[in-house]
Amino acid sequence: MVQVEEPQDYVDVLQSHRGGFSFENCKRNAYLAAQAGIKPPTAMKSGTTICGIVVKDAVILAADTRATNGPMVADKNCEKLHYIAKNIYCAGAGTAADLQHTTEMMESQIELLRMATGTQPRVCTVVKRLSSMLFKYQGYIGCALVLGGFDVTGPHLYQIYPHGSTDKLPFTTMGSGSLAAMAIMEAEYNENMSIEEGKKLVAKAIRSGIFNDLGSGGNVDVCVITKDAGGNILRNYEKPNERKFRAQHKAFPKGTTPVIKETIMKLVSVETDVVMRD
Amino acid sequence: MDFLAPRSAQEQMVRHVEEGCPYRADDVMAPEQAVSTGTTIMAVEFDGGVVMGADSRTSTGQYVANRASRKISKVHDKIFVCRCGSAADTQALTGFVVNYLGQHAVELGKQPTVNTAANLFKMIAYNNKDNLLAGLIVAGYDDKRGGQVYSIPLGGSRIRVPWACDGSGSGYIKGFIDSHYRPGMSKAECLEFVQKALCFAMSRDGSSGGVVRTLVITKDKVEESMIEGNKLPFGP
Repeated sequence: MVQVEEPQDYVDVLQSHRGGFSFENCKRNAYLAAQAGIKPPTAMKSGTTICGIVVKDAVILAADTRATNGPMVADKNCEKLHYIAKNIYCAGAGTAADLQHTTEMMESQIELLRMATGTQPRVCTVVKRLSSMLFKYQGYIGCALVLGGFDVTGPHLYQIYPHGSTDKLPFTTMGSGSLAAMAIMEAEYNENMSIEEGKKLVAKAIRSGIFNDLGSGGNVDVCVITKDAGGNILRNYEKPNERKFRAQHKAFPKGTTPVIKETIMKLVSVETDVVMRD
Repeated sequence: MDFLAPRSAQEQMVRHVEEGCPYRADDVMAPEQAVSTGTTIMAVEFDGGVVMGADSRTSTGQYVANRASRKISKVHDKIFVCRCGSAADTQALTGFVVNYLGQHAVELGKQPTVNTAANLFKMIAYNNKDNLLAGLIVAGYDDKRGGQVYSIPLGGSRIRVPWACDGSGSGYIKGFIDSHYRPGMSKAECLEFVQKALCFAMSRDGSSGGVVRTLVITKDKVEESMIEGNKLPFGP
């Protein structure tokens, strides 16, 4: 059972003045859940499929577009590819609010760094900043990221987990549909692919997530990052779930409703002899 | 969250959530599932250096998050660390030590000792033992004491040992190491011994697998090698 801690002696008081992070409220929430049956609120999470690959001279990221809130689809065409810098993009899975906030904060940090140093931002800088931050929050920021970029040292692809661990890989998938997407990746990935072949592969992997994972759906977004052109998002690169039938609404013919009486009222009266002042 | 050794189902609950707490899977207040290195790692001293070895499997619950990971990380030119436990914790810990030891080496103006590196790891691991899940084996070579292996298990103690073995797969091979290890092995002998032991652990432990990565550190050089998963000396 959880006890709310009260200071017992001067050591505890000293401890409480040491500063740093306090996870006291996490303990309190567990206590409330156990004792009073109060359930904490839920946030919008994107049960997601995201993936990324490194090909010959580009990094390609891709994502589905479904956002869910519990069992409900909250957004059918949301954007999960986030801009960090001209040459660095990131695909996110997890809590929607956390992802948006984290990537926007990183975008601003990196832009300030770019202006201060006058150099192109590097992928490893972003990875270190993200992982330090996520580690500091001990997994309570629900961000699972696939980060890709092309900098002065070449193409890079990383995956970052909510607890702050990182892996550098040639191909990766994350989110609830990662298993379905990884099956495609493991079978078909090859490091000498062309950009066009790469785009087809990531789209196929995401499609496999869209069709085989309940948490994923909607369309396929792709982002190609090259040395010269930087990042380029191809929004709705594939639309495998387009609406086939649209509800048809014919206009009602005149006379469907009989006119019982007709009244015309004058709502605005216009005076014509207005004198303009100078 | 996955722990080092498979334990009862109740103990495998997410950290920070108290026992019996009715958290749901979609609950935002609960931390995300952690990535952990259900691992086999080891390091062995030999005549003139050390051999370090590790498998390459990183898992999230039942899913292999990375099948070719590197669990042997560089700390300094001739000092390396084998990591097991939570991937995030051990990576962060290593990052801090790399930073501190790098500064220390600049102030010192020469290569830092393995003893110093192990002590830094121990200090941080011990001071934060309530919040960390990190098992470490620090090994390397310095001119003062030659090849050395330090084991820093979960509680944050630091012990110098002739050989160390940790992770969920370690239990399967400790007897093998006990019976076959002898002081004063040659480099080739020691490397073969480590590779063999890791293969045995990987074939018995579900949380260990992939390829065998080894590192040989001697006075003159650091040699890295890898055996692919389908070319192991002992198969499943």
